[in-house]
Amino acid sequence: MLYRESGDFSETYKADSQTFPIKFDRYRYYAVLVFAFLVIPFIINDYWANAVLVPFLIYAIAAIGLNILVGYCGQVSLGTGGFMAVGAYACYKLMTAFPEVSIMIHVVVSGGITAAVVTIFGLPSLRIKGFYLAVATLAAQFFLVWLFNRVAWFYNYSASGQINAPDRTVFGHLVTGPNTEAWAKYMICLVFLTVAGILARNMTRGALGRKWSAIRDMDIAAEIIGVNPLMAKLSAFAISGFFIGISGALFFSVYLGATEVGEVFGIQKSFLVLFMIIIGGLGSIFGSFAGAAFMVLLPVLLKNVLVGGLGWDTALAAHLEFVIVGALIIVFLIAEPHGLAQLWRVAKEKLRLWPFPH
Amino acid sequence: MFDQAESFVTADGRTIGAVMMEMKNITLRFGGVVAIKDISFDVREGEIRAIIGPNGAGKSSMLNVISGFYHPQEGEVWYKGARRPEMKPFEVARQGIARTFQNIALFEGMSVLDNVMTGRLNHMKSGILSQAIWYGKAEREETENRAVVERVIDFLEIQHIRKTPVSRLPYGLKKRVELARALAADPKLLLLDEPMAGMNVEEKEDMSRFILDVNDEFGTTIVLIEHDMGVVMDLSDRVVVMDYGKKIGDGPPDEVRNNQAVIDAYLGVAHD
Amino acid sequence: MFPDQFLFGVEVLLNGLMAGVLYALVALGFVLIFKASGIFNYAQGVMALFAALTLVGIMDGQVPFSHLINAIFGTDVHHFGWHVPAFAAILLAMAVMVGLAWMVQHFIFRHLVGQEPIILFMATIGLAYFMEGFGDMMWGSDIKKLDVGIPQGGSFWVEEITAFLGGSNFYGFFIDKLDIVAAVVAIILVVLLVAFAQYTKQGRAMRAVADDHQAALSVGISLSFIWVLVWSLAGFVALVAGIMWGAKSGVQFSLSLIALKALPVLMLGGFTSIPGAIVGGLIVGVGEKLFEFLIGAPFLGGATENWFAYMLALVFLVFRPQGLFGEKIIERV
Repeated sequence: MLYRESGDFSETYKADSQTFPIKFDRYRYYAVLVFAFLVIPFIINDYWANAVLVPFLIYAIAAIGLNILVGYCGQVSLGTGGFMAVGAYACYKLMTAFPEVSIMIHVVVSGGITAAVVTIFGLPSLRIKGFYLAVATLAAQFFLVWLFNRVAWFYNYSASGQINAPDRTVFGHLVTGPNTEAWAKYMICLVFLTVAGILARNMTRGALGRKWSAIRDMDIAAEIIGVNPLMAKLSAFAISGFFIGISGALFFSVYLGATEVGEVFGIQKSFLVLFMIIIGGLGSIFGSFAGAAFMVLLPVLLKNVLVGGLGWDTALAAHLEFVIVGALIIVFLIAEPHGLAQLWRVAKEKLRLWPFPH
Repeated sequence: MFDQAESFVTADGRTIGAVMMEMKNITLRFGGVVAIKDISFDVREGEIRAIIGPNGAGKSSMLNVISGFYHPQEGEVWYKGARRPEMKPFEVARQGIARTFQNIALFEGMSVLDNVMTGRLNHMKSGILSQAIWYGKAEREETENRAVVERVIDFLEIQHIRKTPVSRLPYGLKKRVELARALAADPKLLLLDEPMAGMNVEEKEDMSRFILDVNDEFGTTIVLIEHDMGVVMDLSDRVVVMDYGKKIGDGPPDEVRNNQAVIDAYLGVAHD
Repeated sequence: MFPDQFLFGVEVLLNGLMAGVLYALVALGFVLIFKASGIFNYAQGVMALFAALTLVGIMDGQVPFSHLINAIFGTDVHHFGWHVPAFAAILLAMAVMVGLAWMVQHFIFRHLVGQEPIILFMATIGLAYFMEGFGDMMWGSDIKKLDVGIPQGGSFWVEEITAFLGGSNFYGFFIDKLDIVAAVVAIILVVLLVAFAQYTKQGRAMRAVADDHQAALSVGISLSFIWVLVWSLAGFVALVAGIMWGAKSGVQFSLSLIALKALPVLMLGGFTSIPGAIVGGLIVGVGEKLFEFLIGAPFLGGATENWFAYMLALVFLVFRPQGLFGEKIIERV
């Protein structure tokens, strides 16, 4: 009734392997794109940009990156914070060293640099797996934070140890620095997210995605049927690093404007992105979006309802957030390891049959 | 018949070719335990070769040596007339050797279709950049390989479950999907590790039919480990018998069936 | 007699040993749970924090959830007004930890039987977050002082005995009495735990469960009982660790970061070995301080303690993933 699928058959393999084989889904996707690109920029204000939309867009990119590594390829990483820092500091060095080059290029190159770094830290995955690998990535996390704190070259020898994003423009509009308008911040992130999403979707739907999933599900069998585990794992690390690096670069230059590595890119960040993909759904691009949206909205919601509405103090709201997040992680791991994405799929199934129960 | 060097035609009209693979004096040790002791046998192109023996005889280990998962401490593997250097399992797979596993090794997070598509991974050459762009080379390759996979799915009669996640399938169907994945790779040599394990009579008949069809229609050489003697005697051209890591019999089923050593170790005598 | 630098180095070494003993104590909690259930309990540090918070809360007569109650009802309650003596408070806190162990088992890990270790690990991360927020909501997040009567401060006795080592320059080792007590407590605990695991019926059952859940079930061992037992033991170790660290630096959030310090200890010693936790703890404790002293401070700008343990563990992971004493991980096709 609401969600018409019957009569919508694919007649070619090409049609069957589309991202949105059902027309309704496809039109909805286009509608969202139109709204995002053509409507929001005109109605957005500073609060929504800074509190909700820009962090959502940036974290979604990071979540996509981490999901590729953890959800699709099964290599657990707790170094996301440190890797985002690599993206941020790479972007900073590039921006200050090559001020004439467009920031868009800097962000992409930062992604590339991060990809290389993450691949190096991913080398142990050839010998250790699962939980032990997660612990190895913690080494990366702590080491990277220390590196950016201690080695003055990274923050251009500034006395405070902080890095500041210089003003940069794209097509004449400011995108970094304190005078940037809300819609400009939003647009640059939206563009990167859209491209990232499309690229990630393409890579996970074909042979590469299958190699990753095969390694995740049973790496020994995968190797015996012909998957080169070295290439598969390292490619997952590299591509994951690319997205996470871009996310870090944008996080620093567009969102924060200034940062000091210790507080912002610590292990809490790694857990945050991990929670996004667990709640959103491991192994699902849509899940990365859903999880990022959830984790960005939750504190905002709690703050508005509890502190603004009921007059509680912020510390209490923060504690409650921890309680809720922790409980949700556990609930999702027990009941629905495929997260919101799976819940959404199940809801669609029910919608198909509604009002019948089965 | 099997002693002659060139190819010949069997009684039921199949062509058996020259020697395709030879195991020469293979010895495999795990620490102090000798799993395979000085075993030699050959496999001819187009034949169905069975490996039988009591549990723990080293049969799966032998298959793992052929797959490249285990590396024998002594001995050589010869493939298509040349000595095979020590290689990784995925390199062995690229030579045209596919296999199924004793305990099902399907990718539980994927659907049947995706699992069988993984069998085509060696034939899919588009690089990361093509994959990221998708339209053009990667999409074309995907569609072509999908067509191949659909033919295999038709052949094994699993169309109705192609989008089902394999974790939801019953055991017999899982085994069939594993066979489909191995077939999708277009192998020259197919290794089957206890393909009938845990099946009832009807399922065994279906599986036997599929194995024979694979050999007949595609000319695929098959090496299988199996415990059901009826199946072994009916399906195979030749049999290798292993016991405690050693070879105690090698020849056509009838010959092996009457071999005293094999009877003592494994087959036993019929009691009234 | 000996040069000052050398003596300082020895003092660093001794302090490293003391720190190592505390690490070992925390690592023990992890080993216990990992041995019996294959779960690496990231929440162990938070459990130590929670245990210490509960202890202080009981001792000081705090009203649990006072902050929340005040926010909802507009009241202003904080304390009941009584004080509970240390010994009784410790017993009560232990009871709370056992209750916690039961709840964790019942509500979480009972539903995750048979899942892969990484899923279980992530569940404990969720648990850590939950407990941190819960503990803060229950007892408040300000720093609290913990005083259960353990002697503290530099040991004058040690200082005097070692004074002669400096020759004409008076140089006595500064070793905190608390650290000595902690070392003694840790050693006693280790001996008790090892004895328990080896010689008692429950200990044997625990080892059976660690080996193979299904097999243990089939010989009639109650998985849930063993797990509650194991989590209670871990809770006990957490309480002791919480008391030691809390007495040293106050009961505060940083206590929960112990988990992160214990990981390299376990990687070195092996996740499944009790003696390994001890040896690993000592190596990390000493190694950290010595590295900082010899190489970190002079050449690398200091603060290497943050990551030295991890780098060392990483090396181990690549070359000897099972650690010094752990069991080798075998995979079959």
